Order: sequence, then structure tokens, then C-alpha cells
Amino acid sequence: MVLLKDIVDLNELKMDPSTRRPVVERVKRRISDVDKRALEAAIRLKERHGGEVATLSVGGGGTRTAMLEALAMGADASYIVNDGALAGIDSLATSKVLRAALERVGGYDLILCGEMTLDSLSAQVGPRLAELLGLPQVTYAKHLELVEGGLRAVRDLEDVDEVVQVGLPAVVSVVREINESRIPSLMNIMRAKKKPTEEWDAAALGLSAEEVRAGSSVEVLDIVAPLVERKRVVIEADTVEEAAEKLAGAILAERVLEG
Amino acid sequence: MAVKSVLVYSEDGELALQLLGKGRELADKIGAELVALAIGPRRSDPDRFVEHGADRVIVVDDPVLSKFGVEPYRAAVLRAVKAVDPEMILVGATKRGKELAARVAAALDTGCMTECFHLDVDGEGRLEARRLTYGGSTVATEVSKRRPHMATVPARAFKKLEPSPRKEEVVELDVEIPAPLVEVVETRQKARGEAGLEDAPVIVSAGRGFKEKGDLRLLEALAEVLGARIGCTRPIAADLGWLEEWIGISGHKVAPRLYVACGISGTIQHAAGIRDARLIVSINNQEGASIHEMSDYSIVGDLYTVLPALTKALKEKMK
Repeated sequence: MVLLKDIVDLNELKMDPSTRRPVVERVKRRISDVDKRALEAAIRLKERHGGEVATLSVGGGGTRTAMLEALAMGADASYIVNDGALAGIDSLATSKVLRAALERVGGYDLILCGEMTLDSLSAQVGPRLAELLGLPQVTYAKHLELVEGGLRAVRDLEDVDEVVQVGLPAVVSVVREINESRIPSLMNIMRAKKKPTEEWDAAALGLSAEEVRAGSSVEVLDIVAPLVERKRVVIEADTVEEAAEKLAGAILAERVLEG
Repeated sequence: MAVKSVLVYSEDGELALQLLGKGRELADKIGAELVALAIGPRRSDPDRFVEHGADRVIVVDDPVLSKFGVEPYRAAVLRAVKAVDPEMILVGATKRGKELAARVAAALDTGCMTECFHLDVDGEGRLEARRLTYGGSTVATEVSKRRPHMATVPARAFKKLEPSPRKEEVVELDVEIPAPLVEVVETRQKARGEAGLEDAPVIVSAGRGFKEKGDLRLLEALAEVLGARIGCTRPIAADLGWLEEWIGISGHKVAPRLYVACGISGTIQHAAGIRDARLIVSINNQEGASIHEMSDYSIVGDLYTVLPALTKALKEKMK
């Protein structure tokens, strides 16, 4: 089971020049990059060892379309929690919705996700689910293999690579270094539309959307592009050599080349 | 009434002191005591924590805690939370700290704000934070509505206090620590050379102003003089495949002392990756290119003539 979030395509993201706020309406939504690599890792495990790969998302109106890419890449089925009343909930509330959906689907041996989604950057859902489900967690995996008795992973920590082994089921989050996710063929894109997708609202999972919302703790008050404070000196010179000379002088005067 | 408290923890000693600096300010604002948590056997910590602002230090030790494992450390933090019932909990946002904080937050059924570089108390005594979102291109202001209010804090976001001798109170808590669920088979120290673009002190970087791959030799010559790593924008790597790794919203976030942007227009996607550079220098032939606005020094000119001239000028001056 791979947890995927569709987010605004960050390569298309623009800021409103007057408010400095990101323009998120009518921007194409795509699967968050690190999540997609978790899916790629799952598909590679399937290709090697068999089994099935399903995806699970808490999303909105555009999620179904975004998840076609996952099905085209090689996922077998997609499950989506789509409930307008859940928009804007935090990782605390999201992980509870995911737990309810996982209980509904059942039958998973491994839950994979990205270490964080690139919109919220909160890096919490994997560990939170491990806590809620009482499962072992392996975070920041950059290499995965199934071995006798479970799963072996290399974790990418700041100063060390940690090789760990864990029994299944487990929750595993991956870092972007784990792989390059495949680009699906046209044929597989066509086939994706025929693969099963199931959508639920909160009530279908036995949840009250109001209660889930009320249980969300972190509220986003504002999001703006920060003003950059830079010197903004444009070097004026008559010749290229003179400009280069001045720039070299400025760089050395800033003492940024000294240890 | 019980005394209010702010609890701080990081397994990184220096970061713990920075958390204490911020924690002291937050604790004073809400009239709380500042409690530092020391997990595991490093016994010199309690004194340092008190010197750097803690009113009290809680020590949780057990043989299992000599190595970091998320389940045992989670149990240790939860034990301390039970003892002091804190208003706020700050955890150092190392990779381990972030997974630990998320576990603890889930166990306490509360929210957590990740990698906050600004923290304050709002009018209702709640924790308010600023943190990066959208791949680093925006700053979100967030408020935590449930207690304990939790946040993780990256290194160098806040300053530690000047040490001052204070009377220490160290409390050691007994707790049953569970064994970790994940077995560590091997730990490999990363070679220093493996340090990626993230850690490079000087980076020279290529954008679409380069017409073909072979022209990158102009950049390589400059990199050699500066002892720099070479980076690029997303199109150069992802679309053209000239280089492997790019800098920006979907790539590496870098923080060099010097960043030289060559033929880079300066999209918000790229800007998100270079925000933390100390000095940004750019060369771009378009006068209206955004990169000039996000640079400290820039030359409006053709990189094909400017780069060789700059390389030569730097080479002479650095002799």
C-alpha cells in the first residue's frame, strides 16, 4: 500500500505579484515527487517478488485524475478519500483518516510513503501511522529489499547510512535518492483508466468529517513568498574585462572564499 | 495549580542548547518553567542545560537508550511529558528528531509544526510558527490549537544563551523502556567526500543560458579556480540531461557561502533552492531577468565572454 498525495505541480507554481501568495487554483495537480518514488519502489518490489500494489490518497476533486499516473506506472488499484469537508486538515487528522481507510482496505504487508510531501513539508504522516497502527517504522529509506523474515533497508541519516531489518507489516518512508520513478508508456496510460479506483467520503469510512476537522490542530494562517533581501548591485563597466575585474573584486571583498 | 512548563529535547547537544535559548523566551512569555530532557547516558548534559537556561533537567536513562531507536526514545519522551505535563514541546529537527516528534505527537493526539525557524506565543498562549512550505518557495505562518503545542526546530534557527552559572535541579525518572522494533544491522559512516551539494561551500551553477553541453567547460574552469561544486537548474538536468543533480524546489536546497548563477533566469522554483546562500552572484544577458533581483552582485552580459574574463580575474587576484 503506497500513500500518495496529489499537490499543485511545483514546476508550474507561480506567485501572485501583488499579494506574494502562491496561486494554487487551476494549477495542474500531480503526485508529490517523493511519494512517486515510494510508488516506484513498491512497483520494483512487485516486479521482483510478485504481489499487488495499491495506492491510497486523501485528496479532492483532482485526485482521481492525478492518480491515473500511479495506475499507469504500475499500481493495480487506487483508493481515494475525497471529502470536501476534509480540506486543509493537518497531519494529525490526515493520519487518522488514513488509518480508517487502511482498516477498510486491510490485507497490506507493507505501507510505503515519501518522507514528506513537497507542499506541506511536514514529514509526519509515516511515523504517525506507525504509532496509530502499532507497526514498526523505517524512515528515510534509500534502498529496500525483501529478505527472509521481512525487509532490509538502508536509511539515509545525516552522518551515517544505517542498515536495518524489520518484520512485516511495517511503515516505510523513502527519500528522493531511492530511485528515479519511471515514465509510463502511452499504452499503460490508456490501460490505467480501466484499473479499479474506489472513492470514499468520510462517512463511508465511519468517520464524521466535522469531528475529523475539529481534531485537526495546526491551522495555516497565511502563506507568502518571502521577500529576498539582497544587495542587488548591478556591476557597471565599459568592457567585459572591467566588469569581470569589478565582480572578482567584490567577491573577494565579501570574504566568502575564506574557510 | 501545577507549574506550567516548556519541555525541550534534542539528541544533538548543540541544537539542544539552541532550543533552550528559544525555550527560555517562550517559557518566560507564558510564565512557565523550562525543562530540558536528557535521554541516555551522556552525563555531562544536565550541567550544560542548566547553564544555558533550563530550570530543571529530566534524565531518562536505560541501557536500551545508549543507541537511538524510535520506540525506546518515544517511551522516554512520553515519560517526561507525563511527569511535567508541558504546555509546549520543542524537538530538534534532525532526521531522528523529526520522526521522534511525529511519533510523540501521534501518541499525545496533538499537532506538530515541522522545522520552524520562527516561534512565538499568540494572544491565547498558543504556539505560533513560521516555516517553509511549497518546496521551500513560501513561508507559512501556522498556529497550534491543541496542547501540548509541538514544534521541531532546525539547527541554527535560534541562538543559545550565554552560559551563566545557576543552581541545577536534576530529576532522574525511572521508566520501562521497550526494545526497538527495528534491528540495526550495520552503521556506515558517510565519507566526507559523499557530502553533496547541500554542504558545498562554493557552488557555480548553470542555466538555460548555456547553448550546449560542451559549453559547460567555461563553468568548469571557474569552478576549478574557486574550488567549487557545479550545480544547475532543473531543465539542464531533468530535461537536457547534461548534469545529474539540480538545485531548486524539486531538487537540492543549498546553502553555500558563494553561489554563482550563470545563464540562470531566476524562477521561484530555483530561488527556493538557493535562498540560504550567503552571497549570490549572477551573470545573465537579460536585464529584466529575476535572478538580478535575487543577487547581491550581478553582471548583465553574455556568459560566453563574462565567464572566461571572471575566471581570469579571480585567478589573478587569488594568487
